[in-house]
Amino acid sequence: MVGKNLSLLPDENKQKIESLVKKAGAKLSDCYQCGKCSAGCPMAESMDLMPRQVLRYLQLGLLQEALSSQAPWICATCQTCSARCPHDVPIAEIMEAIRRQADQMGIRPLRRTYLFSKYFLLPLKLFGRNHELTLTMFYNLTSGKLFQHFTYLPAMLKSRKLKIWPAKVKNRLAVRKIMENCEKEAQNI
Amino acid sequence: MKYSYFPGCSMEATGIEYAKSLNYVNRAIGLDFIEIEDWNCCGATAGHTKSHELGIALPLRNLALAEQQLPGLAMAVPCASCYSRMKYALQAAHSEEREKFSRLIDMPVEGSVEIVSIMDIYSVEKTKTAISAAITKRLSNLKIACYYGCLYSRPPKITMAHNIENPQNMDELVRLTGATTVDWAYKTECCGAGHHVDIPQESKPLLYRIYKNARANGANALVTACPMCMLNLDMRQGAVNKAYDENFDLPVYYLSEILAIAMGATFKECGVASHFHPAKKLLQKENETKEVV
Repeated sequence: MVGKNLSLLPDENKQKIESLVKKAGAKLSDCYQCGKCSAGCPMAESMDLMPRQVLRYLQLGLLQEALSSQAPWICATCQTCSARCPHDVPIAEIMEAIRRQADQMGIRPLRRTYLFSKYFLLPLKLFGRNHELTLTMFYNLTSGKLFQHFTYLPAMLKSRKLKIWPAKVKNRLAVRKIMENCEKEAQNI
Repeated sequence: MKYSYFPGCSMEATGIEYAKSLNYVNRAIGLDFIEIEDWNCCGATAGHTKSHELGIALPLRNLALAEQQLPGLAMAVPCASCYSRMKYALQAAHSEEREKFSRLIDMPVEGSVEIVSIMDIYSVEKTKTAISAAITKRLSNLKIACYYGCLYSRPPKITMAHNIENPQNMDELVRLTGATTVDWAYKTECCGAGHHVDIPQESKPLLYRIYKNARANGANALVTACPMCMLNLDMRQGAVNKAYDENFDLPVYYLSEILAIAMGATFKECGVASHFHPAKKLLQKENETKEVV
């Protein structure tokens, strides 16, 4: 944050941040930077910005910096931060809102995390249910981790923990329609 | 007692042992889980990272189906992630967003369904008594670290859980089998969930710390009630041992497996035979030493 002239930040940043934080049901001024969120965060050691810092960036109007941070993508949504915050700031929800916003703008600092979510939703759209084999196939092919999890495969197939054929919802169209409706709705807001 | 039942995708795949053992226990104590017809995936954990709408709408369709098909019954949700998503959906159905979501799923929804976990269900006094009565073996050599994970407790605004840092309901159920439960610090710490796929190096420390704390507090096994936690704790224990040059030997059981074993189920009947980390030996020792109370 060294060398940023905060007085030159555009006003539109402020509005964008306000709407983002509001979507998460939060109020930025509630955070007094105690750092409890970051102390308890199980993923903090891998983050480029601590959860506390992400909030501080937003408070200062540094939207772009927050949107391009890896932290919201590394967040496992375990909700420890939100649960322990002494001032009830829903930090995990804010992290999620930042990630969604970045994703919509095509900012994906952790490509593999993005791919995992993307292909997680693919079998849902096709079958209405999750299907690990479809997910793994597409993820492995696109992530550059072609043989990840291969060693578990024989045991998983033998114990039927991995199904070759996906389970399907009868009314798959209804589920697909819901997913499309949500996509449209999310873009409209 | 009857419940409507939302199994969730993993019960038919990675959580197959959970399904088997739940079934065994429920039959033994006369609980009836009626599966919601044509249920769909709740979207966890990708749905809610895409959009707020998707995170609510996918589970909400199941709530609406349950209201239509099995009105008045509480919904049993055995997976922590599904449980959390259902509770989020329920809260949305009680908010000013209800109409919007009813439009998005193209179904009417009241939010009249109560969402309950397996711990909630088994902790009901009458059911607990029935479990006690059905138990025929004392598993007194087991020292269990009960691992609750994240989403049964957090966020408390959604789960309405009271004791979020040190929950006790699973411990109480496990102790019905004669096993000891240990006090430990990682009961509700995160296992890393789906991140073990996309950022495995960053996620391994989470599992390592869980095993380490469980062992340090004298546990010889872990018990969980979440298929995602189970997959991580059980399947990846070997990889964590390798990465940290460790020798953790902590079999992981579902809550329902432990109860089923204490009720006399064979390993095959309750699923213990198909774990990644060898899970039979510890129980065999058990069964040889202590038969019937």
